[in-house]
Amino acid sequence: MTKQITLSHVNKTYVVGENPLHVLNDINLSIKEGEYISIMGPSGSGKSTLLNMIGLLDRIDSGSLVLENTETTALTEEQRAKLRRNSLGFIFQNFQLISRLTALENAELPLVLAGIDTSKRTEIVTKLFESLGLADRLQHLPKQLSGGQLQRVAIARAMVMSPKILLADEPTGNLDQKSGKDVVAVLEQLNLQGITLIMVTHDHELGARANRQLKMVDGVIVSDSGTSIEKDTKNEVA
Amino acid sequence: MKWRDSWRFSAQVLLRHKARTVLLSFAVAIGVSSVLLLTSVGEGARHYVSSEFASLGSDILIILPGKKETSGGSIPFYSTTPRDLTIEDAQAINHLSKVKSVAPIIAGTALVSHKNKSREVITIGSTQDFMNVRNLTLAQGRGFSQKSVDLAESICIIGAQLKNDLFGRYNAMGQWLKIADRRYRVVGILKERGESLGLDMRDMVIIPIRSAESLFNSPALFRILIALKPRQDEQLVKQRILSLIKKRHDDEEDITIISQNAMMSSFEGISNFLTVAIGVIASISLVVAGFLIMNVSYISVSKRQQEIGLLKAIGATANEVRIIFLTESALLIFLGVSLGLATGYILAALFNQFITSFMLIIPWWAAVASGLMSFIIGLLFTWLPAAKAAGQDPVSAMRGN
Repeated sequence: MTKQITLSHVNKTYVVGENPLHVLNDINLSIKEGEYISIMGPSGSGKSTLLNMIGLLDRIDSGSLVLENTETTALTEEQRAKLRRNSLGFIFQNFQLISRLTALENAELPLVLAGIDTSKRTEIVTKLFESLGLADRLQHLPKQLSGGQLQRVAIARAMVMSPKILLADEPTGNLDQKSGKDVVAVLEQLNLQGITLIMVTHDHELGARANRQLKMVDGVIVSDSGTSIEKDTKNEVA
Repeated sequence: MKWRDSWRFSAQVLLRHKARTVLLSFAVAIGVSSVLLLTSVGEGARHYVSSEFASLGSDILIILPGKKETSGGSIPFYSTTPRDLTIEDAQAINHLSKVKSVAPIIAGTALVSHKNKSREVITIGSTQDFMNVRNLTLAQGRGFSQKSVDLAESICIIGAQLKNDLFGRYNAMGQWLKIADRRYRVVGILKERGESLGLDMRDMVIIPIRSAESLFNSPALFRILIALKPRQDEQLVKQRILSLIKKRHDDEEDITIISQNAMMSSFEGISNFLTVAIGVIASISLVVAGFLIMNVSYISVSKRQQEIGLLKAIGATANEVRIIFLTESALLIFLGVSLGLATGYILAALFNQFITSFMLIIPWWAAVASGLMSFIIGLLFTWLPAAKAAGQDPVSAMRGN
């Protein structure tokens, strides 16, 4: 498997009032194609910030972030937006669906931004909806759908551009147990098809399902089941 | 993002917020219709006066006794002259080759009565050419003949209103009426017609000029109206008339010649300026509408932060977000302009339907300018909120910060 995402000495600091808050401290991380990674840690540990950095939703202060062989730090906002559109799929805890648009219209938004024709868009979304068990929900408004259905519409939106990387921030956080399991099953199925899945979660059980688990504390990756960081950290603590 | 999708996306937003859309469209529509209606008053006034001038016929010169002097104050005055304009002066002018017809005028007011009905009306003494020069037509009877003018016959032509007031529904033709202490026989009734440059043609009486001379006991003319032959050099004719009168008045240049075309063009200049000025003042309401759109756009950007954040997260560029908001504004303005144009034209048509004495005419440039201005103002005022939306950080926006 080839390297798909590489973070080297990545730092990010927010200024809260007059005090700097170091949310990411010298992060080094390498992710290969098709990996299934969970990022866990307490609130404020920097896991969502790390996901946002990988998703190019925020800029790193220093270090380097290579995504799909592209060094992203020097990219313009427009180039970053296009890279997000074409290579990344996002799933958010609160679904982030636009209430006035139907499920179909919500799901096709990335295709609309990419300038794809209406007929092609409908074809893509319909196929995805069929595979997600939403075939009869195309014209429903978000308020007419259950939580699990809403998240599956969001997954469809994330998948319409056939991205190679799927970033999920607490994808089951707003769902009941059954819906959560269904959503996770869909995501894992996508991972089995070769899509890299990076998921931030508080849920240890869910996190443990990933092939590779990262643990973060105070902006530092303190454990990575895919490398020897955990051992090294334990040794350092000892 | 394709333009069609951008328009569709914006239309969905406008449909979703119907009350906001309707109110803002009304704001723009009020601005546009104000510009149309106010400029239509100016254009209507210009048209009214132009048609009044046109009703006198084209290529008309008016000779006034006395010379227009340059004064120290702002208002020029006409000097008094020891030499009156006379019928003979008019006859001499009539012999000039470029003159088509000449109507000397003696004017005054006199008590006109028939049986027990009487009223004070403007009495004009002139020749048979007066009818031609002033483009007057008769509803009944005949005009004056040269002979009746020369012999100062006691005949008259009366206006339609005067006929109704004095004779009611009875036939006035051939009837006698009294003007001051003299008796005149009605030989013609003017066709119904409104005021013409302040002179109510419906309420006046015309008598042969020689009769007027003795009626008012003065040979002095009030005016001489001159109709020129077609395509004459107005300045040249004026010069010829001036030198002719100068020769007849002991080398004194004691008349003023006003050209109707010159009066008309200077009036048109003033009225055009006033119409544009009115339009500019009315367009202030468009600026107010622009401010409203800006405020509402700012509110919209604040309320739709999560949506903006999402769009940016899934790959919308700053420019695409900006275009989404500008398109929304453009659609809103299009609705407002369409509504405003329709309202303006419908109101003007309704006004014209019920008020016939004055016509509202919407100048084409006012419709085009108000539409263009609405778009320019609307888009300019939306630019800042749209730029704010475009500059949003996706993560903060999605959190609603």
